[in-house]
Amino acid sequence: MKKILELLERDATLTAEQIAVMLGRDAANVAAQIKEFEEKNIIVGYKTIVNWESTDDEPVSAMIELKVTPQRGEGFDEVAKRIYQYEEVSSVYLMSGGFDLTVIIEGKTMKEVALFVAEKLAPMEQVLSTATHFVLKKYKIDGVILNDKPEDTREVISL
Amino acid sequence: MNYEQLLSERVKTIQPSGIRKFFDIVSEMKDAISLGVGEPDFVTPWHIREEAIYSLERGRTYYTSNAGLMELRKELSRYMERRVNLSYDPAKEILVTVGGSEAIDLCIRALVNPGDEVLVPEPSFVCYKPCAVLAGAVAVPLVTKNEDKFKLTKQALLDAITPKTKLLVLPYPNNPTGGIMTKEDLEEIASVLRDKNIFVLSDEIYGELTYGREHVSIASLPGMWERTIVVNGFSKSYAMTGWRLGWAAAPKEIMEQMMKIHQYAIMCAPTASQYAAVEAVKNGDDDIARMREEYNYRRRVIVDGFNKMGLSCFEPEGAFYVFPSVESTGLSSGDFAENLLMQEKIAVVPGTAFGDSGEGFIRCSYAYSIANINEALERIGRFLDGRR
Repeated sequence: MKKILELLERDATLTAEQIAVMLGRDAANVAAQIKEFEEKNIIVGYKTIVNWESTDDEPVSAMIELKVTPQRGEGFDEVAKRIYQYEEVSSVYLMSGGFDLTVIIEGKTMKEVALFVAEKLAPMEQVLSTATHFVLKKYKIDGVILNDKPEDTREVISL
Repeated sequence: MNYEQLLSERVKTIQPSGIRKFFDIVSEMKDAISLGVGEPDFVTPWHIREEAIYSLERGRTYYTSNAGLMELRKELSRYMERRVNLSYDPAKEILVTVGGSEAIDLCIRALVNPGDEVLVPEPSFVCYKPCAVLAGAVAVPLVTKNEDKFKLTKQALLDAITPKTKLLVLPYPNNPTGGIMTKEDLEEIASVLRDKNIFVLSDEIYGELTYGREHVSIASLPGMWERTIVVNGFSKSYAMTGWRLGWAAAPKEIMEQMMKIHQYAIMCAPTASQYAAVEAVKNGDDDIARMREEYNYRRRVIVDGFNKMGLSCFEPEGAFYVFPSVESTGLSSGDFAENLLMQEKIAVVPGTAFGDSGEGFIRCSYAYSIANINEALERIGRFLDGRR
């Protein structure tokens, strides 16, 4: 069960048949299992990892550290919910340590991101402070190294 | 100079690989997809590489003791206890070598006298016979069969034993067939050898790469430890081929002899490699598990692929090779491989590279990404369709 998730997490293009062969299992059974994962929201979605830096269309992203006041009875969830509604926000994590929430924002320009923080996040009642860190270069995303595609340098034949 | 007359008679009798020409064509062909490689596609795990780098930074650039770093031999002793249930004294019974290959050479040279017979199951890796011949021994092939899953059978062994038999090579898990010997299979072999003065060279270089059941060393069976030399290495299990590091473990009487050859011919295995190896044996069990799982996915994909296209292939349980039969195509191994290369630019190794009994088979390695394997399978399928 866990194996199916691991394989799909690595390569979402694998079909149920392919996964079944790889695991030595029945294809119909694997397909049913995947469907169940989708229904239970264990598989939340399928995405493609894009190296935008290699295109002419590179978006800006920034990591914002937020200190917030938790709400009585709701903890941090209510604040997080208010924040993740914004389309500009791509990820929100509750953190341990020196600040409370990490908010990752994608925008077209630095200005757009900075304004979003200044106009939307900072003024929120529960937000005590913000610190914006722009991402300058991405080396590795979700386990994938971006600009270092491994090359097979082995001898073509060895016994 | 009349070289032909002057060069060593014994060395001249060794044949260079008969399929050299085929190899040369493959190497020239830039865009060929190869299933011909006998080494892992993984890079050595970073934490292992890093230890070698640290050792260089600290200036560990000297010889180690002839037998290898004591720290490494202690770790190897623990490793063998943990993985194959064997006890060896790190001070006297373990020798760190330049790859498993050196250990094989040392072992054969330390044991045989001129005229002794060395039994070598075939198809198998190419080095046993030349090593035996160089030591003045006679290599006797023991043909293993597809219908036996390329295991060595008790009968084949009994049929081959003569008063001159000195050593049995046991190359399992096997390259090129992917065959393994289970504990029961080994027990059959051991029952033949226990009351005879015949040694066993157990080449366990693929011992970590078995699928479904754990590798058993023949040395762990009752009465076998004292007559067995276990050879192993870092190349396949830790993806460390280029580091050239292996080891041998044997009773000290044998080891003393092997040690002398090693001392004069090699001095010691590369120092940086040995430091990397300490880290590998200490903290590499998870790496092995990760790579084994990966090979297992690929193994199922490639076996499934071959069977679907009608090239029957028994399910290999070890190493990272499949050994499908190409008999149904009417082509010899060599012709199959050459035609496949020319028409579809896929390189596989003809079974005959591993002995005459490999005729009718090809060796395909699955030490490649799944994408690569799928592309290769598609082209092999097309090749077969074109011949129907």
